[in-house]
Formats: sequence, structure tokens, C-alpha cells
Amino acid sequence: MTTNIVDVHDVVRTFGEVKALDGMSLSFEPGIIYGLLGPNGAGKTTLIRVLATLLKPTSGSATVAGIDVVADPDAVRTRIGLAGQFAAVDAYQTGRENVEMVGRLYNLSKREARRRTDEVLERIDLMDAADRQVKTYSGGMRRRLDLAASMVGRPEVLFLDEPTAGIDPRSRLDIWSLIEDLVERGTTILLTTQYLDEADQLAARIGVIDRGTMIAEGTADELKDMVGGSVVQLTVPQEKQSTVVGLLRSVSGDEPTIDQSNGRMSIPASSAQTLLTVARKLEEASITPDDIGLRKPTLDDVFLSITGHAAEVGEAGPKRPARSRE
Amino acid sequence: MTALTASDAETTITSPLGRMLRDIGVITKRNVLRNVRLPQLLLFATIQPVMFLLLFNYVFGGSIGRAPQLAQFGSYINWLVPGIIIQTATFGSSQTAVGLTEDLQAGVIDRFRSLPMARSAVLAGRTISDLIRNAFVSGLMLTVGALIGFRYQTSFLQLVFAFLIAMGFAFSFSWVMAAVGLAVKDTETAQTASFIPLFPLVFASSVFVSVESLPDWLRVFADHQPVTVMANAMRGLMLGEAALPAGTTVGGTVTASLVWIAVILLIFFPLSVRLYRRAAG
Repeated sequence: MTTNIVDVHDVVRTFGEVKALDGMSLSFEPGIIYGLLGPNGAGKTTLIRVLATLLKPTSGSATVAGIDVVADPDAVRTRIGLAGQFAAVDAYQTGRENVEMVGRLYNLSKREARRRTDEVLERIDLMDAADRQVKTYSGGMRRRLDLAASMVGRPEVLFLDEPTAGIDPRSRLDIWSLIEDLVERGTTILLTTQYLDEADQLAARIGVIDRGTMIAEGTADELKDMVGGSVVQLTVPQEKQSTVVGLLRSVSGDEPTIDQSNGRMSIPASSAQTLLTVARKLEEASITPDDIGLRKPTLDDVFLSITGHAAEVGEAGPKRPARSRE
Repeated sequence: MTALTASDAETTITSPLGRMLRDIGVITKRNVLRNVRLPQLLLFATIQPVMFLLLFNYVFGGSIGRAPQLAQFGSYINWLVPGIIIQTATFGSSQTAVGLTEDLQAGVIDRFRSLPMARSAVLAGRTISDLIRNAFVSGLMLTVGALIGFRYQTSFLQLVFAFLIAMGFAFSFSWVMAAVGLAVKDTETAQTASFIPLFPLVFASSVFVSVESLPDWLRVFADHQPVTVMANAMRGLMLGEAALPAGTTVGGTVTASLVWIAVILLIFFPLSVRLYRRAAG
């Protein structure tokens, strides 16, 4: 059909009265990380579940690696890997046993499953813990192991549903570098996230979804242009305000925006350098600001600028039962 | 880096049946490992039915056992052991519902459903591993029963046959419980929901007492429902025809028990597989 590795056309998926997906379309080329950005209940997980052949769409069509997910789900399953929102690993098996089991279920021979398990455990840096039962693992280690299990079949496309939700910042960085490493080796990755910085860090292209439909799409830069990018924000004592307005004008070449309610001034920042420049000029003028900082746009900013409303958390879409056991 | 997908040399089995059996084996091993590595789970799963056996024998045995219908067996323990094995096996099958809902809630079923594995393997692996556990617990019950006075009155082969009937019923009832688990999807609900069919089946039966003492309306149900049929077939095989209600034969009840097992499997195997395909939807 096309060279797109994922092709979604006008997919609708309803749960009773609720439309979790409402005319969703999405396509992208192989070899990239595509980031799906949206609040809880926007339909991210439902879309992943349709593409991973766990859910049939109510209407519309979707292909993965050129294969229709409804017509031939078995063929799709040989090409994909899935890591859901919660580490689906067995606590009472060792790390190695967990990954090997998934390898065997990809129809690998015992020897090949063992060889690849060593390879992925090495790559995710869990070799030292490989023969310990998973119940002794930290949350971050479990997520990494879950990722290892999804990699063992060497899938062409990997679906990662909020791969860093609920884990500590250090593990988050580990998983980021793992994902970047994977895509360098030729895997295509579709990941969902609620964090703009995560999509910004990882994804070559980002789709913003809300209420089951795509509301904006582009590179991280394009999206940031849409929301205005980062800003330097500062407040200064009342009597210094006019001096500082002139100073900011000289930096940005434009009038700063001033929030009349609290006197906070802001100018667009192309990088952190803008902040340093403003700080240096303030120092030269011997003005000490009450508060100064570089503020990056957040998911809320994206939503505000695109939809005119803030991201409403936990709105439409069915919640799956709470995950208790790991 | 190497090729993206597995080449033929790296995969093993090509026949669908061979792949299915391998997948069932992999899942069964996974579930059995849990029992082995969490021995406390197995320990408590064993203590409860053994306690039942001891309590019924020593607490109720004195009064129930003196009822004229039961007194003919000399000691209540001979009447009790076949019944309590079928009771244990029936209750034990509810673990199938619990185990499946735990896997559903942990996202494990999602992972399995996204893999190119046999669709029936998750359920078959679950029911087979539960059968293994059930056989272990029931075997232990038989041993404890023998220690406190149970003696079979027939041949060893008939004893083995009786045990196999109990296991056949446990396996078929595991498929009922698989359907329950997949329908309710939540562990706590599964735990309570599974008792709804279990209690009337086990207690309005010939497991602990002779059904002759039941009121007429209840007796119609008790006479024909599968747990009574299983208990009678086992008693017939373990104790001889004298242990059966008047007018029934060992051959008749054994045939009836096998028919029940087949009917339950024929209904609930396809039903559970259908529910599994739609599970977590």
C-alpha cells in the first residue's frame, strides 16, 4: 500500500456510550519514534490496543507493517512487541526466565530464545540480576525487564504505553536511552506519554490527541512554535519595572508581555542563553529580581493553544481495572 | 545488527498443533513454577481441605455417621473420603478464576494476546496447572484419610479410576471457572462469584450426607447434579455397590459421571475461549 509502517484511517472505537476513539487517523514511516501525547482518557491506550491486535476497531481501518490488524492479527503479532502501562512480568520467575518464556512464545527455539535473552539482558543492563526472582527487583528494574521481554522477538514495531509512568527520574533516563538505542538499531517505536518533555526528548514526530482524535501533529519544534516555545519569566520590584521593560526589549527586540495581575514579565527564549543574557543585563543594572526562570511549555500549554481548554484529566474513555499485583 | 525478524533457522516448530502444544507447555510451566516457588500458597491450599476432613470426621462423624443410611459403612470416614475429595477438587477449581483475573489485572494477558502464540494456550496452561495442583492436594487428602482410618473395599485399580474421575471433574469445572474469571475480570469479584455455583453444588449433594435425608424438592436437584453423581461414582468404585442409593449401579453412575464431565467441557471450553478472545476489551 504505502511505505508507512503504521497506517490508521478514521478509526472509531466505542465502549457502550463512550467513544474512546473518534475518527482517529495516523500514519508514519519506519525507523522513527512516534510520540502520542495526550492526557488520561484521550484514547492513547485504546489506539495502542487496537494496533497491538488486542481490540477490534468499531469502524475504520488500521495496518501495521502493511498488514491489516483485523484481517490478519496473527501476522501482525509476529512483527510487533508490546509493553503496557504496567510491568507484565512474573514476580516469582527470574528475570532470565521471564524473557526466555516470551522468546519461546515468539516461536524461537530454546537455544535461540536463550541467546537473545542474554543479548537483551546485557543491553538493558540487568545481567547481574538475571538469575534473581523478579520479586527482588525495584520498580524501575521491572519496567526495564518488561521492555526486554517486548524486545526479545526483535519486533519491527514496538508499542510502548507510557513507558516511564510512575518510575523514578533516574530509571526514566535509563529507559529513554534504551529507547533511543533501539531506534538506532532499526526498530520503529510508537510510544504514548503525558509529558511534553518526554515526547520532545525522544520522538521525531509527535501527535497530540484529545477525546479520541488527533488535534495536532508535527515535530517537537513545530509544536513548540505553535505554543510559543520556552519563555524567560521574571518579576522585579515595582519601581524597577519600567527600566526592566526597556532592558527586555533590547534582548528580544520586541515588547515583553506583562501579566497585569502579578506584574510578571516574559519574553520568548530561543535557548537557556536568553536567560543568561537577561540575568547579566540585570546584574549590570544592579537590579535583583524577585523571581526569574526559564519556563518550558507543558502539555497544558499545548492544549491551551490548540484547543483553548486545559487538558482535562481522566475524562472520556474507559479505565481498565486497577493493577494490583506485579 | 542482524535481521529484524526471525529467520526460519531461528524458529522451531512449524505445525500449528506442535506450536499449540509447545505454547501450552510453556504456560503450564510458568503457572506451576508459581506454586513451587510460593510454597506457602500450596501449604495453605492444602491445610484447609485437610482441616475439613479432620473436622467433619471427628466433629460431625459421631452424629451424621450414626444415621441409618451411613451406619452400614462401619465408619463415617469411609463415606466421607470420596466425598471430600470431590469437594476439594471442586473448590480447588475456583483457583482458575482467581489466577486468570490476576493475570488480566497485571497486564500479563495483554502481553500474551499480543504474541503470535496459540489462542487456547493461556487457558489450557492455566487449567492444566490447576489440575496438577488439585491432584497433589487430593492425593494428600487420600493419604491423610488413610491415616485416620479410610479403607477402600474394592481393588486398587478401581481406587485409581475413582481418583481420575475426581480429577476429570476438577479439570472440567476449571473451564467453568475460567469463564467466570474472564466474565468478571476482577480478582475479588471472581473469588466471591465462584462460590455462587460452588456452595449449592457441594452442600446440596451426597458429599457429606446421604441425600435421602433432604426434603423432596431439594432431593430432585441433589440426586441429579454433577457433584452428587461424581461422589456416587467414586463411592461405587471405592466402596462397592452397597454404597450407592438403591436402584443404581456402579457402571451406571460411572457412565453418568463421564457424561457430565464431557458435557461441561463441551459447553465451557468453547465459551471460555470465546471470552478470552474478547478479554480485557
